[in-house]
Amino acid sequence: MAIVVKRPRLKWWEQLYLPAIFKGLKITMAHFFRTLKGKSKVTMQYPEENWNDHLPEHYRGAPALVTDEQERERCVACQLCEFICPPRAITIKPEEIPNDDKWAKVEKRPREFEIDMIRCIYCGLCEEVCPEQAIYLRQDYSITGLTREDMVHDKERLYEIGGKRVGLVNKWNELK
Amino acid sequence: MDWTLLILATVKIIVLVFLVILPMVAYSVWAERRVSAAIQDRVGPNRVGIAGLLQPMADGLKFILKEDFTPDHVRKTYYWLAPAMTMVPALLSCAVLPFGSKLFGERMVIADLDVGPLYVFAVASLTVYGIVMAGWASNSKYPFFGGVRSTSQMISYEISLGLSIVPLIMVFGNLNLSEIVQYQAVNGWTLLPLWGEGRSLEGFLLLIPMLISFVIFTTSIFAETNRLPFDLPECETELVAGYHTEYSSMKFALFFLGEYAAMIIGSGLAVTLFLGGWSLPFGWLAPASIDADVPFFHGIMHIATFFLKVVIFILFFIWIRWSLPRFRYDQLMRLGWVFFFEIAVANVILTAAIMMILN
Repeated sequence: MAIVVKRPRLKWWEQLYLPAIFKGLKITMAHFFRTLKGKSKVTMQYPEENWNDHLPEHYRGAPALVTDEQERERCVACQLCEFICPPRAITIKPEEIPNDDKWAKVEKRPREFEIDMIRCIYCGLCEEVCPEQAIYLRQDYSITGLTREDMVHDKERLYEIGGKRVGLVNKWNELK
Repeated sequence: MDWTLLILATVKIIVLVFLVILPMVAYSVWAERRVSAAIQDRVGPNRVGIAGLLQPMADGLKFILKEDFTPDHVRKTYYWLAPAMTMVPALLSCAVLPFGSKLFGERMVIADLDVGPLYVFAVASLTVYGIVMAGWASNSKYPFFGGVRSTSQMISYEISLGLSIVPLIMVFGNLNLSEIVQYQAVNGWTLLPLWGEGRSLEGFLLLIPMLISFVIFTTSIFAETNRLPFDLPECETELVAGYHTEYSSMKFALFFLGEYAAMIIGSGLAVTLFLGGWSLPFGWLAPASIDADVPFFHGIMHIATFFLKVVIFILFFIWIRWSLPRFRYDQLMRLGWVFFFEIAVANVILTAAIMMILN
């Protein structure tokens, strides 16, 4: 069954079309002057103004590795993050910790730990899956580089971003 | 051969076209972007120079440095000719616009023709050939549609454009634009007959057909210059970029700037015919007759007034563009053929009746 949509009968001045144009012009003019007076919310002027101070606690920025309070690298090279990473951005080459090392009991550590930031989608699954709480998403969002190689974060860079996590860090407590 | 005439004309052409119109074209692009931004609660280009004032230079540099790519499947001759065909008529038609009264005893108009508006219409309607050529030579479907649309749009609006100024010509009894402006300076603008002979019953009664003329003329100018709400040949949402889809680099820029140049000339013509050209309101500083001497200061004031009016009219163009949505194609045709054509003809008769009864 067809439904007949009732269209309003236009008055003769409405059919002229011009009043509607003037109404529209009035609206755009109002917006124009409001912006000129600086009363309307406009885009943030990015490089000068930025969100750094307003980022929410749960913001997911660049993933990074952390050390504990004794400067030990938390990562034990279990490669769970490498396996779960949806875009396969993480590459880990594990190595054994030699017997004479202070942390010989830990057995394994990453020899190379690379995250390709061109691939990374900031999903946070690596952080979620890590049993050692060694990888965290920090708040850095402006990851730039001039070459593709620049965009691959190696172990050194990852620890630089990540820094140190002190105390008992449970994944789900307030510290994150 | 009269060398002084030639040199004077050359100087006027260089000053008007290269030092005034072309920078105005560049800056109307900037104004368009800034005003549209303000209307849509944005910022607009504000990085290059103070408030983005050097943006046109940056854009121009970018256009020049881009690769000038000619696709394989185009007809080269026409493809190369088309951008020039849109830009040149737009600039040519500024020859008859009186942009000032007199400076050093010289009339501020490049060619003081006795067929002013007719010349402008004749030359300005050539722009459509550039668009049609571009559409045809590009040899691909979207530009082709753009070209076809442009043709039919131009035909339907050219008529009402021509007919809309017939009432004006009947009132002025003259086709020389300089004399039309002089008449308005002394006897009140077409749309503001508040001084001189215009302040009479006839003047006020004639205001009705003049307003109708103005609406038709302005709308037709919008259609003629392919500006929104009548930018059907370009029509990004339907035709990619319309007739200049296949163009790049400076050839695209020529189309783009040609549109703005046409807009400036159209504004200039509207200002000259309806808003008193270079004359100030209420007969201030108006020369007594067209041959009277004009002091240097007055001459400068007149030129400034003309360009001020043109700038205001361009802002009006921009304002309209960002307020109205695009017409559907059949609506455009209906508007052109069913409404404006008839109203323009009726308007001519109305004007004639008013003039006949009151004389």
